[in-house]
Amino acid sequence: MTQVAQLVPYDEAISRYEPVIGLETHVELGTTTKMFCGCRTTFGLEPNSAVCPVCLGLPGSLPVTNRAAIEYTIRIGLALNCTIATWCRFARKNYFYPDMPKDFQISQYDEPLCTDGWLDVVVEGQSFRVGIERVHLEEDTGKSLHMGGATGRIHGAEYSLVDYNRAGIPLVEVVTKPIAGTGAMAPAAARAYVTELRDLLRALGVSDVRMEEGSLRCDVNTSLALRGAREWGTRTETKNVNSLRSVERAVHFEIERQAAVLDAGRKVVQETRHFHEDNGTTTPGRSKEEAQDYRYFPEPDLVPVAPERDWVERIRASLPELPAARRTRLQAEWGLPDLDMTQLSNAGALDLVSETVAAGASAADARKWWMGELARHANETGVDLAELPITPAQVARVSAMVQAKTINDKLARQVLEGVLAGEGDPDTVVQARGLAIVSDDSALTEAVDDAIAANPDVAAKIRDGKTAAAGALVGAVMKATRGRADGTRVRELILERLAQS
Amino acid sequence: MAVDAAGELTRLTAAEIAAAIAAGEVSAVEVTQAHLDRIVAVDPDVHAFLHVAGLGALAAAEEVDRKRAAGEPLGPLAGVPLALKDVLTTRDMPTTCGSKILEGWRPPYDATVTRRLRDAGVIILGKTNMDEFAMGSSTENSAYGPSHNPWDLSRIPGGSSGGSSAAVAAYEAPLAIGTDTGGSIRQPAAVCGIVGMKPTYGGSSRYGLVAFASSLDTPGPLARTVLDAALLHEAMSGHDPCDSTSVDAPVPPVVAAARQADVAGLRVGVVSEFSGDGYQNGVTSRFNEAVELLESLGAKVVEVSCPNFTYALPAYYLIAPSECSSNLARFDGMRYGLRVGDDGTHSAEEVMSLTRAAGFGPEVKRRIMLGTYALSSGYYDAYYGKAQQVRTLINRDFDTAFEQVDVLVSPTTPTTAFAIGERADDPLAMYFADLCTIPSDLAGNAAISVPCGLAPEDGLPVGLQIMAPVLADDRVYRVGAAVEAALEQRWGGPLLTQAKGLVQQSGGAQ
Repeated sequence: MTQVAQLVPYDEAISRYEPVIGLETHVELGTTTKMFCGCRTTFGLEPNSAVCPVCLGLPGSLPVTNRAAIEYTIRIGLALNCTIATWCRFARKNYFYPDMPKDFQISQYDEPLCTDGWLDVVVEGQSFRVGIERVHLEEDTGKSLHMGGATGRIHGAEYSLVDYNRAGIPLVEVVTKPIAGTGAMAPAAARAYVTELRDLLRALGVSDVRMEEGSLRCDVNTSLALRGAREWGTRTETKNVNSLRSVERAVHFEIERQAAVLDAGRKVVQETRHFHEDNGTTTPGRSKEEAQDYRYFPEPDLVPVAPERDWVERIRASLPELPAARRTRLQAEWGLPDLDMTQLSNAGALDLVSETVAAGASAADARKWWMGELARHANETGVDLAELPITPAQVARVSAMVQAKTINDKLARQVLEGVLAGEGDPDTVVQARGLAIVSDDSALTEAVDDAIAANPDVAAKIRDGKTAAAGALVGAVMKATRGRADGTRVRELILERLAQS
Repeated sequence: MAVDAAGELTRLTAAEIAAAIAAGEVSAVEVTQAHLDRIVAVDPDVHAFLHVAGLGALAAAEEVDRKRAAGEPLGPLAGVPLALKDVLTTRDMPTTCGSKILEGWRPPYDATVTRRLRDAGVIILGKTNMDEFAMGSSTENSAYGPSHNPWDLSRIPGGSSGGSSAAVAAYEAPLAIGTDTGGSIRQPAAVCGIVGMKPTYGGSSRYGLVAFASSLDTPGPLARTVLDAALLHEAMSGHDPCDSTSVDAPVPPVVAAARQADVAGLRVGVVSEFSGDGYQNGVTSRFNEAVELLESLGAKVVEVSCPNFTYALPAYYLIAPSECSSNLARFDGMRYGLRVGDDGTHSAEEVMSLTRAAGFGPEVKRRIMLGTYALSSGYYDAYYGKAQQVRTLINRDFDTAFEQVDVLVSPTTPTTAFAIGERADDPLAMYFADLCTIPSDLAGNAAISVPCGLAPEDGLPVGLQIMAPVLADDRVYRVGAAVEAALEQRWGGPLLTQAKGLVQQSGGAQ
């Protein structure tokens, strides 16, 4: 039914065309109550249990602005280097939809709270400055569930259910200026921007930014122009792209698709497109010609927002250390090269390593365990590093045991394995699995004597002064003790005994 | 006090009723029952009420009597019956806004005004008729049929708060709440020969007032005397944290002003734009007499020009419909009220469309279409934007005028009550009824209408409008009460006692 889009292989597309991207990111704020009423914002409540006359838009009800939401938005604006408006208004965006209780959304139109900022992002070691056009505040809609159809969309559904718990939750929209000059890195740059924005929002404490719960949603604009062309091409807007990986894939796909359209001498249609998580493609939504006229006008039920300057300055002074500054500081503290730092950051391991160091481990050890054994385990089990059932404190404890020579690296891996398997904390696992290093001479001497007896040739070489051959005997002892022997002490014992003979 | 005849209880003012109850001369239940009896007797002819809550009213009256017996403090209006315009939400009564689309809707919450009245011990008798969603000047746009003017049942009682004005003029209630967006309290008060006050915008809460035009809607009192209106004004007003446009300032001392009732030394400006063509002779002559009266009472009268007032009506008919087109979008059949076409063959969008086609009357549809057009991309600047500029100019006219005078006066409405049906097919003629009242709505300041006599040619009441700056509500009460006292002395009693027809015929004990 749906026509399969013609594609041009990515490298070929990029060799002829220059992409320009832009992102509109919606973030649900983590305020205790909704944007214009006192209802709770808790995720996952019984449908339609966190509602009142205001967020249901009942006749006669009136909105009252949540000051915390204004403050959070100003925090975001300041962290994105924006100018904070001295006076601005909410506006009504008018359109009919069953999950919009008033059939208009209270939003901001030509008077956003924050304007004209920037955010630096690093892609493959190269830094790009992403311009921020605006940050504005609006209310979320309810959530429709279209039942009985094949697609989950309203067309073809037998009936629809609406949950208004989400209606009225404060939503911030961060809009970038067009991002040009990223070339082949455009998909990665889009992903890096959203990642950086997510980390920034988390650091600001304004949202928990759970993409899987829909608390961060992206619309991705993409256009292509012939290399060297003076004007940008026609853009498409891919709506509701809801994971970091999908952001990257959506840009990638649109570049391949638009290149094919342009190669064929046709024009890219300015339209919104849907992204499909399953196969990474996009398909047309409604085109600009049938776009709605939202009839924006200033919201007469709300007084203008005029943040006092000293309030804004107090908010600025209370901003926490932002992710980019923190990375710079940690990199210096840990003495890591750029590449290692980027890897840590990309793996989402910065907080984990930082907390492990805080619990007493060296930066090198903390990085080694999280990026080595634990990253491998996370990869194999398909979960995020932070979701592994092990705490930074436990990793620090393992590291401390290695330092104290209670265990060695090989045993440490078994300890981690035990903790991940739910066998208890590191000390419990060492005890239960009998993993402590044996350095007691009486216990080791027997194993050393056995090894000498079993390898007379090697023993002879050592007696002749070729002490380097001792390694083979150490290995035999280690094998016999299943790795639990203290290698250094074993070597000393071997040399002692063969010197005496 | 002689309270043997129930008919006399309905003739008392709110202040007299409250005093009699407080003194134990009559019970709140007796007062309430007398008014319920009066409603039974005359409302089939007047049709002021869409819903009468007899049991609820009597229960509330019993509670007032219990409090009095227990020696608990009573407010200044405790036990006084009131008629509530059906645009304010009530938990225990339907709220229809005079529209089919909300037929039978029972809100789960009380409007702030409703709650304050209950807290004050005011007895809510029921909900009054109105033009659908407060759009009109005659109640002819009510989906439930028009109300009738107690002075002459063939005439309109004004609108949109025509049920409220008719109830008060027909002695069905001593007090009523109306809402004013373009004149909807003052114009019905004028044509029914009673007092109607539009407070400063934001002085009374809009929470629970089903919106017509958010930047204009203002609830206010209707009563038979200026003092009663002031008492109700004080009881219903004050800052409401649920309404962000509510004024966070003390309520102006309106009751004290109504008792002061003197105009000596006050500067009164006559708006020169509101006279001449289109003004009924009897309206003009009674208005001129009122101005002369003010002068004789010691006021300094000057003529003041407010040149932009002539653009108020067209500006209003862009701003109000624009806001209403958005405010009324929520009536889509999805969550409450009427739903048409939900038979499994129509999409949600079609159900919305069918519901709105069936549920809204022609005037509401006309204004939604006007407003939708005025806000459309490409037309916004020329219509909505330009109208807002006119609004600013009207504000400046008021500012300039109030540098010279303390209050402005004009006729409330250009004509007396017209016949039901006379302007029904001519929207522009209907809109003309609000010509003089609209400027104060656009500027959000205070304005009252008090009776100033009968037009000789038709024997129907004429209203005097008194306008004052924002938050100077007390000033219009002071002037209004002075005019009322002087005129009643001249007439030998309240104007309403001169009414022929229903008011007198049904005046006795039932």
